[in-house]
Amino acid sequence: MPRAYSLTALIAIWAIAAALFQSRLLPGPLTIGAAVLGDIRSGELPFQMAWTLGRVAGSFAIAMVLGAIAGYAMGRSKTVDRYADPWLVVLLNMPALVIIIFAYIWIGLNETAAILAVAINKLPNVIVVMREGARALDPELDEVAKAYQFAWFLRIRHIVVPQLAPYLAASSRSGLSIVWKIVLVVELIGRPNGVGFVLGSAFSLFDMARILSYAISFIVLMLVIESLVVQPLERRANRWRRQPA
Amino acid sequence: MSADGTPVEVVRGLALRLDAGSFGALIGPSGCGKTTILRIAAGLDPDFRGQIRTPGSGRLGIVFQEPRLLPWRTVEQNVRLALPADRTDADLGDLFETLGLTTHLSRYPGELSLGLARRTAIARAFAVGPDFLLLDEPFVSLDEAIAGRLREELLALAARANATTLFVTHDLTEAVQMADRLFFLSDRPARIILEKALLLPRGARKQDVVASICDEMRALLAARAAIEPGKII
Repeated sequence: MPRAYSLTALIAIWAIAAALFQSRLLPGPLTIGAAVLGDIRSGELPFQMAWTLGRVAGSFAIAMVLGAIAGYAMGRSKTVDRYADPWLVVLLNMPALVIIIFAYIWIGLNETAAILAVAINKLPNVIVVMREGARALDPELDEVAKAYQFAWFLRIRHIVVPQLAPYLAASSRSGLSIVWKIVLVVELIGRPNGVGFVLGSAFSLFDMARILSYAISFIVLMLVIESLVVQPLERRANRWRRQPA
Repeated sequence: MSADGTPVEVVRGLALRLDAGSFGALIGPSGCGKTTILRIAAGLDPDFRGQIRTPGSGRLGIVFQEPRLLPWRTVEQNVRLALPADRTDADLGDLFETLGLTTHLSRYPGELSLGLARRTAIARAFAVGPDFLLLDEPFVSLDEAIAGRLREELLALAARANATTLFVTHDLTEAVQMADRLFFLSDRPARIILEKALLLPRGARKQDVVASICDEMRALLAARAAIEPGKII
């Protein structure tokens, strides 16, 4: 209920501001609502969102998988960490824009470059978090696995992954928000479709209505994914945490 | 290796032999290296020179001082996860029954008392059908009534499983109640200073018999003068 109230308040403030300023730069909620519906009906909005979502999913998956493996390796082996750490520090501090430009120039203005650029942007953050997770693994449980001769896949599934789950959750959460943002930049710079592309062309036409409608639809979609996918997963993973006996 | 990297010699010249199927108790003061010896025997500490020969196929069941259960799996899952491939469908009903775990099988370790958690760890050790059983002070800090009950259950399980058992403790009374053979350890670097075979059948030893054997052992140890008698309870 509190969420519904603040949402209503937000829309109300917006409507009042639009009515007060009467400017092309701030269309009211009704105008935007109509624009959104129109674009959905024409298929334009779903088409562009699908492209963006696809890129988000692809780069997120690549970054999480590679990052988890690399972070785990670096957390478990001091040697690996010593060699890989300088690369990590460089990647961490490279501006997103630089990575995107390098990707487009060296790989070409194509989809591979776009997705790789986003993935590489997210990768170092995932590695840093997963490395800490790997460092925090409980050696006592490892000894149980060793004494009882757990098969390697049992070890990973029942001992390693559950301990890494909070770290995976943290890097997913912060990573997803980074990926959303950078995908739009990547689309703006070098792709012919997607929400970023639409925002870019609407910007050059000062089409505020279009900008607002795409931005809002995008945010709504993220929130839907958050509450329908991410939060239930998180709840399930935390079932075992201390319940009152 | 201690935490700051200086090598520490914990054990020197240790020779321990247990007959197959028998129950040995390793007794010594705190910090003398009992846990290290157990870990070496379990293959968890490779930093030693010497030989280990394990009975049968060497299948190991181990109960650590802390229960070491997986907090995100239920009691039953914790026990079953340790099972080797040829026993994954084993019927563990009797085992759970003996240890009083049947009503707790779908609870998580975070909800269990220490006694129940320790029972689960013991169930896990026996469920694998071990040839070789190692227990590191499994009843420490439990209240005496619960510990007493657990000792009986452990003896019953060990007899049924016919596993060669090595039980580490600092409590002499407990050792005399349960073991076929006692091994006394000196201070660091640990070695065995005294061995004694106890010939009465396990579990059938009366209080006064146990007490007199304890006194006898204390006297013998004092005579060795390697450690102060007050260090053993």
